[in-house]
Amino acid sequence: MEFLNYAFMQRALLAAALVGITAPAVGIYLVQRRQALMGDGIGHVAMTGVGLGFLLSTSPVWMATGVAVIGAVAMELIRWYGKTRGDIALAMLFYGGMAGGVMLINLAPGGSNANLSSYLFGSLSTVSDDDVLAICLLAAFVVLVTVGLRRQLFAVSQDEEFARVTGLPVRALNLLTAVTAAVTVTVAMRVVGLLLVSALMVVPVAAAQQLTRSFAATFAIAVAIGVSVTLGGTVTSYYQDVPPGATIVLLTIGVFMVLTLLATPLARRRARLSAARDMACTADVPGTRSASDEVTV
Amino acid sequence: MAQAKGEPVGEPVISLRQVTAELGGRPVLRGIDVTVGRGEVVALLGANGSGKSTAVRTVIGQVPVTGGSVEIFGTPRRRFRDWARVGYVPQRTTAAGGVPATVTEVVTSGRLARARFGMLRKADREAVTHALEQVGMAGRAKDSVDALSGGQHQRVLIARALVSDPELLIMDEPMAGVDLASQEVLAATLRHQVEQGASVLLVLHELGPLEPLIDRAVVLRDGCVLHDGPPPKAVGQHALPGHDHVHPHDADAAPVRTGLLT
Repeated sequence: MEFLNYAFMQRALLAAALVGITAPAVGIYLVQRRQALMGDGIGHVAMTGVGLGFLLSTSPVWMATGVAVIGAVAMELIRWYGKTRGDIALAMLFYGGMAGGVMLINLAPGGSNANLSSYLFGSLSTVSDDDVLAICLLAAFVVLVTVGLRRQLFAVSQDEEFARVTGLPVRALNLLTAVTAAVTVTVAMRVVGLLLVSALMVVPVAAAQQLTRSFAATFAIAVAIGVSVTLGGTVTSYYQDVPPGATIVLLTIGVFMVLTLLATPLARRRARLSAARDMACTADVPGTRSASDEVTV
Repeated sequence: MAQAKGEPVGEPVISLRQVTAELGGRPVLRGIDVTVGRGEVVALLGANGSGKSTAVRTVIGQVPVTGGSVEIFGTPRRRFRDWARVGYVPQRTTAAGGVPATVTEVVTSGRLARARFGMLRKADREAVTHALEQVGMAGRAKDSVDALSGGQHQRVLIARALVSDPELLIMDEPMAGVDLASQEVLAATLRHQVEQGASVLLVLHELGPLEPLIDRAVVLRDGCVLHDGPPPKAVGQHALPGHDHVHPHDADAAPVRTGLLT
């Protein structure tokens, strides 16, 4: 446990744990709405923010947050108003954001694509005290939204049309989800990088749902997987000198595969139990009588 | 609230006047009048593409109207806020989303109209149990909705609408793709609601097992009202008991898909 003595490792582990909590916490709502790749799109757009941060010599984290939020809101607006060509508009947003980032960082004095690479793939050892403070504040916002409004977000993500008739502010909640996802992308940016962030939003949720039947359990297990893999990946990268972002994502996919294998017999057993229950029930079928004429209604 | 049938109904609970609406620039409603009186059960009938689903979707605000007026409980829809009084069953073949959810979790989301800040009290939990008992699904409360049959999905969606104790039920094809046993459960549930004084607007393909409950039928064709009065007699195939329509959903009911994000 000697890695705990280094300040950079303490910062890295704190940042990693926060990413492990926030990414699946937002990701579960994106998966529920079948927008699993939204995080990836926001990550592309956030590159322009990183570039702007370098160009203006301000914090890339806060700049990326601002641009990612604007991008996420734009995506949500395209989803409302976009008709048939919505996908093309989104593609332009994604690739425009990526190209903008590369362009801006090269315009910055002394900037090159090498600077960008630590944001694309994560660079835990260079996380500064300021970065950690920003990550803590942003993560607190994400947890507040995803846990505090879980019933409302569940309803909107499950069935938007129905949620409207319960009087929920559907558009406001959709925008809040988009903003929260954008914030999460920038929280995760220093740890796993913009290009890999979506994996941490989606794969822990996919892994958890191999085992679960309820939303609440899926949420809890996805966050537990998220924290385990981010901490595990960070420690592994310290000992093995491998890139933490890639290590974390590969670990997550490993967990998914293991749980999928474990879950197969579990799912079979559940299917068998539920089939047995359906067979035992004859009252549902009008007209059937058992030999002894015991009719339970 | 309960009022004997045939009495003057006073303020209608739903009133559409000269409503026009279009989808993708194509006129779908061409000035329809539909009213539902207090305690009345009105069926909206018509072929695919006649505009019957669009008509109920203007009531809940999912489809914007281009002309005419929509009122709920005497309030223009835009200013209507009291959604706990309305129970809605959308046209769905599944209650499932992209993440597993239990029957209880799905039904509980219908209670948010009454539990505004998402805080569930004992009364809310009891309401969920009661709604599940009404549709005969109390035994499956902890099961994932993924494990249910089509008819059971529909029962869950109806329990979700009933859980806020609504005075007005709006149902879009509640019988589509539902097995006979579930159809009977649903008809009994609806009868109970009507006895309690609920008003109902139903979109239906054919009257089926709900026929005895229906006070009035409004038949739409090509976005116009063709008939407004006693339910028409079913003929031919449609009159046979157990005749079950499973139709692909209207193209206009599909949500906007934007490639990558959906």
